[in-house]
Amino acid sequence: MPYIDGKYKPSIGAPRTPAREEDPQVRATNFGPVDTGYTRDDAIAEANRCLDCKKPLCVTGCPVGINIPGFIEKIRQEKCGEGLDIIREASMLPSICGRVCPQENQCEGKCILGKKGEPVAIGQLERYLGDNARDKATDPVCRHKNEHKVAVVGSGPSGIACAGELARRCYDVTVFEAFFTGGGVLTYGIPEFRLPKEIVKREIEGLELMGVDFQYDSVVGRLVDADDLFEQGYEAIYLAVGAGLPKFLNIPGENLPGVFCANEYLTRVNLMKANNFPRYDTPTKHGKNVVVFGGGNVAMDAARTALRLGADHVTLAYRRGEEEMPARRAELHHAKQEGVEILPLVSPLEFKADDDGNVASVRLERMELGEPDASGRRRPVAIEGSEFEIPCDVAVTAIGTNANPFAKMVGDVKLNKWGYVETDENGQTSNPRIWAGGDIVTGAATVILAMGAGKKAAASIADKIGA
Amino acid sequence: MYKILEKTQYSEKVFKFRVEAPQMAKKAQAGQFLMVRADERGERVPFTFANWNPDEGWVEFIFMVIGKTTEMLSTYKEGDSLMDVTGPLGNPTEMESGTWAVIGGGVGLAIAYPVARMLCESGHKVNVIMGARTKDLLLLTDQFRELPLEHLYITTDDGSEGEKGVVTLPLERMCQAKELDHVFAVGPVPMMKFSAMTCEKYDVPITASLNPIMVDGTGMCGCCRVEVDGETKFACVDGPDFDATKVDWNDLRARQASYRTEEGQALKAYEEETCPCHI
Ligand SMILES: Cc1cc2nc3c(=O)[nH]c(=O)nc-3n(C[C@H](O)[C@H](O)[C@H](O)COP(=O)(O)OP(=O)(O)OC[C@H]3O[C@@H](n4cnc5c(N)ncnc54)[C@H](O)[C@@H]3O)c2cc1C
Ligand SMILES: Cc1cc2nc3c(=O)[nH]c(=O)nc-3n(C[C@H](O)[C@H](O)[C@H](O)COP(=O)(O)OP(=O)(O)OC[C@H]3O[C@@H](n4cnc5c(N)ncnc54)[C@H](O)[C@@H]3O)c2cc1C
Ligand code: SF4
Ligand code: SF4
Ligand code: FES
Repeated sequence: MPYIDGKYKPSIGAPRTPAREEDPQVRATNFGPVDTGYTRDDAIAEANRCLDCKKPLCVTGCPVGINIPGFIEKIRQEKCGEGLDIIREASMLPSICGRVCPQENQCEGKCILGKKGEPVAIGQLERYLGDNARDKATDPVCRHKNEHKVAVVGSGPSGIACAGELARRCYDVTVFEAFFTGGGVLTYGIPEFRLPKEIVKREIEGLELMGVDFQYDSVVGRLVDADDLFEQGYEAIYLAVGAGLPKFLNIPGENLPGVFCANEYLTRVNLMKANNFPRYDTPTKHGKNVVVFGGGNVAMDAARTALRLGADHVTLAYRRGEEEMPARRAELHHAKQEGVEILPLVSPLEFKADDDGNVASVRLERMELGEPDASGRRRPVAIEGSEFEIPCDVAVTAIGTNANPFAKMVGDVKLNKWGYVETDENGQTSNPRIWAGGDIVTGAATVILAMGAGKKAAASIADKIGA
Repeated sequence: MYKILEKTQYSEKVFKFRVEAPQMAKKAQAGQFLMVRADERGERVPFTFANWNPDEGWVEFIFMVIGKTTEMLSTYKEGDSLMDVTGPLGNPTEMESGTWAVIGGGVGLAIAYPVARMLCESGHKVNVIMGARTKDLLLLTDQFRELPLEHLYITTDDGSEGEKGVVTLPLERMCQAKELDHVFAVGPVPMMKFSAMTCEKYDVPITASLNPIMVDGTGMCGCCRVEVDGETKFACVDGPDFDATKVDWNDLRARQASYRTEEGQALKAYEEETCPCHI
């Protein structure tokens, strides 16, 4: 019993409530959800582990400072609607962040219970509320729009967060999106088995109910630009166009058919439904031996997608060690469970073609970790004479992105030397009427940071143009 | 949804759609393209603007039926709607002053025509070279004839129309006679490649409009990458026009052919689905 004489007694020493995961053998053959989420009993058991700290360290680890013990208490008391209200004060997208935040480096990484044992499963609990408490929470609908029009460019998490926050404050918001559907990376990048598209759709429908207008097929910078928008009466623009252009390895054979960059590989499946070809028109390659280059979430998603497209063997090749991989631990764990082979400390030298001109193998060399580089991580250096070759009929590179080239075409804003938009701490750019945030400011980062930036910019925009 | 205001059939396999798109019509420029997703399950396919009218709020594109999507599009009627039309994408063709030769081959003629028309309208001297394997594969011949051109040259591999041979024959003659300041070429890879070699020999600048396979058309996926002057470029945001003497043609050709098998499958599945014997 967690409450004795009305006073909360946490379940000291109780083990962390395990996630409910589908059988790895089965799930690796379909695109259904891998982790089906906590039940009510799971959520309450896990909520009872939280110590309800006076100075909660977990909160310091959350980039948007969610009142974590506050919402966990509500789960315990089975007042889930109030719990969700608490989260929504800081975060618009609990169902999404609960699933995709790198919790081990953020909230859960700081949780006091993690010092000796396992931290509270904060992500799971947040997701539980996001998924189950919606009809019990306070409806954020605004009944009377004010006179001020704001344009949001890009419907990824940053754009969604900014639009939602502004709509809540009764601004008249239009989101312009280049694609035919919303969500940005949440839709075309992160696969269905990790983040069901139904959830992203639900968030966007929520915004529509709040009166936000979505204009799809609208490439801002080409179809309209900042001047057009100001002329149409928009008083402020929030630029959230994401990171954009993929980086390449710059090695021979990289343009061979069968060599993809992860954005293309994932977009074909997630957005264009190439897994249902020819019912859907967009095809993709179903490799037997697939090699993915990279060690982040993007690489994990590509590798696990390859398994689901029917690969016999998927290898994840990374320059550093498994420990250094920047991916969420849960994804690395899931990928290994499903049969992805991790090949650490290697670097590709060349892709080779078969007689038909398609990629057939990759030549690699082994690396060892040398002195720390500027980022503080030990730099991989090649081991001489260690070259070897492995077969691959599909290769996917997931080594990062460069700045979206449209940022400079939208309007006159100052960019840094890498092409990312410069802003102050409120997201204000060098142009007094344009704000920016998310990956186009920070470079490829996380959903929660992109969301936080959108929320902050919304407050600053509201400050500037008044109510 | 984007309504088809008008459908024109030029020949068995060549059509023009006029689509309602008021904002796009205000921004379109020659050499830019749009991307169509015909229906919920459709792929995104690029087409070059053939014409546009900002006052009436429409854009036009010309397409040739070569596979599943274009086959399906050809069945759309006036009044039907396309699910998504996105654009304008890509950079406009630079139209420096002087005398031009516009070379088009095969489907490329659909892209060459608006460029030639636009050059004429903006007061350039324009020669056109149309090329195809055989007479039946020449498109838009009448439309080209109506343009105020200096010269219209036609070449076919089998001599069934115009001069027997390839487009580089008239091109080389014009280069030799020092008649040209600029060349624009669009069509099959070998045609663009040999045109580039000819121009390089005579030091005449040549731009090629490249047509690799695209997915997003906004520089996000990297599918349209082409090798130009030893660097990786994205045709959708850095192009589609590039200095033809610097393009790695083998690379482009191989990437264009990446999905041959799947494209065949898609067409077959579509034909089976729509065949009257299956009702
Ligand atoms: C495969 C993959 C997996 C990831 N996994 C995780 C994870 O597990 N956890 C995590 O925290 N983060 C993850 N990330 C990173 C995270 O998704 C991004 O940091 C986040 O989506 C950035 O949000 P954003 O709103 O800035 O941009 P985006 O999500 O990139 O959205 C930008 C939107 O703007 C649109 N756009 C671009 N240009 C224009 C234009 N000119 N006009 C109109 N619209 C335009 C785009 O189409 C897109 O919809 C992952 C990223 C990828 C690619
Ligand atoms: C910038 C650009 C402008 C273009 N302009 C025109 C035009 O004005 N008129 C016209 O008729 N055609 C144009 N094309 C070519 C047109 O996009 C293809 O003919 C069309 O995609 C064929 O689709 P399909 O399903 O009918 O044939 P498929 O059977 O799918 O393909 C046949 C061939 O078309 C090419 N192709 C297929 N899918 C794509 C794609 N998504 N992107 C690019 N190429 C593809 C491939 O090389 C393929 O071998 C253009 C292409 C590009 C890149
Ligand atoms: S938003 Fe992310 S970091 Fe913050 S509490 Fe939720 S899961 Fe943790
Ligand atoms: S640090 Fe851990 S135990 Fe303490 S309040 Fe946060 S989640 Fe609960
Ligand atoms: S089509 Fe995707 S980057 Fe050009």
